[in-house]
Amino acid sequence: MGEVIVVTSGKGGVGKTTTTANVGTGLAMLDKKVVLIDTDIGLRNLDVVLGLENRIVYNLVDVIEGNCRIRNALIKDKRYPNLYLLPAAQTRDKNAVSPEQMKKLADELRDEFDYILMDCPAGIEQGFRNAIAGADKALVVTTPEVSAVRDADRIIGLLEANEIHETYLIVNRLRMDMVKRGDMMSSDDVTEVLAIDLIGIVPDDENIVISTNQGEPLVGSDSLAGRAYMNIARRLIGEEVPFLNLNERNSFFSKLFGRRK
Amino acid sequence: MRLTDFFKKKGTGSIAKDRLKLVLVSDRAGCSPEVMEQIKNDIIAVISKYIEIDLEGLDIKITQTESELHNGPVPALFANIPIKDMKASKK
Repeated sequence: MGEVIVVTSGKGGVGKTTTTANVGTGLAMLDKKVVLIDTDIGLRNLDVVLGLENRIVYNLVDVIEGNCRIRNALIKDKRYPNLYLLPAAQTRDKNAVSPEQMKKLADELRDEFDYILMDCPAGIEQGFRNAIAGADKALVVTTPEVSAVRDADRIIGLLEANEIHETYLIVNRLRMDMVKRGDMMSSDDVTEVLAIDLIGIVPDDENIVISTNQGEPLVGSDSLAGRAYMNIARRLIGEEVPFLNLNERNSFFSKLFGRRK
Repeated sequence: MRLTDFFKKKGTGSIAKDRLKLVLVSDRAGCSPEVMEQIKNDIIAVISKYIEIDLEGLDIKITQTESELHNGPVPALFANIPIKDMKASKK
């Protein structure tokens, strides 16, 4: 039986789609059969991040409305044989789908896939309710900024209210240089404020922009962010993986001694 | 010295964390400042029937407290109401 995981954040632009693409691809590289569902109807993006935008025939709304079978709408990623994408519709809106329909779809996919990842739209309205409807677990993505953390806290509350009790935190775009000089909250700070389990720390890495430009997930590469995403995938399948050493634990001392230089 | 220099000394990261903690307490309680004001006024009205209270020293707010049942902090209504005089005891 596959597991349904929603990737959500509340605030837009913190890296939900990038996280979905990279964690999903990471799971596929670990020999898990994975389907990524773009639930952001009307603002489709997961396809371009994955480099599959030219292969879309049918979409999520087509499946829900019965215009095609699920298997006709799934796009198989030729680079990773275990990875599939169900793209969002671009010309419809969130109300084309209901939470009940999404739950039914997710449950149907459980038989065939190990992991079903839902890329959630920003906000807490219909799109959010659709994305979380069938989820067993949630990955809450935030950046170390007050606005993103505040929205993440709201999302955590709403997930809890919707009976999703397994929520894990990903602190994205951490800038070690800023944390060291005390001008950015550390992943420990964010985890303490939000009080849920931390599953990943992804450093701010320009390679993400470069890989997204090319429609190639970064996961599995030797870059810091690529390694961080692979570690998240490993933790999801139950492996114990230590967090990357990003030197942020030294922030207090570097602040003390750094100023004298 | 500019104001920004002053903030830099403390580290804006810890300022962010402190501000967040405060805003999340009221967010989590789902309690707007207007509702807080109403609660405060109602509490004053009820208690004033029996006790003369010091309105200057009055402090009512939503805070967090460690719960013994749950594992983690829970919101709590904190009220510090200084008493000026017990009306009932006079009679």
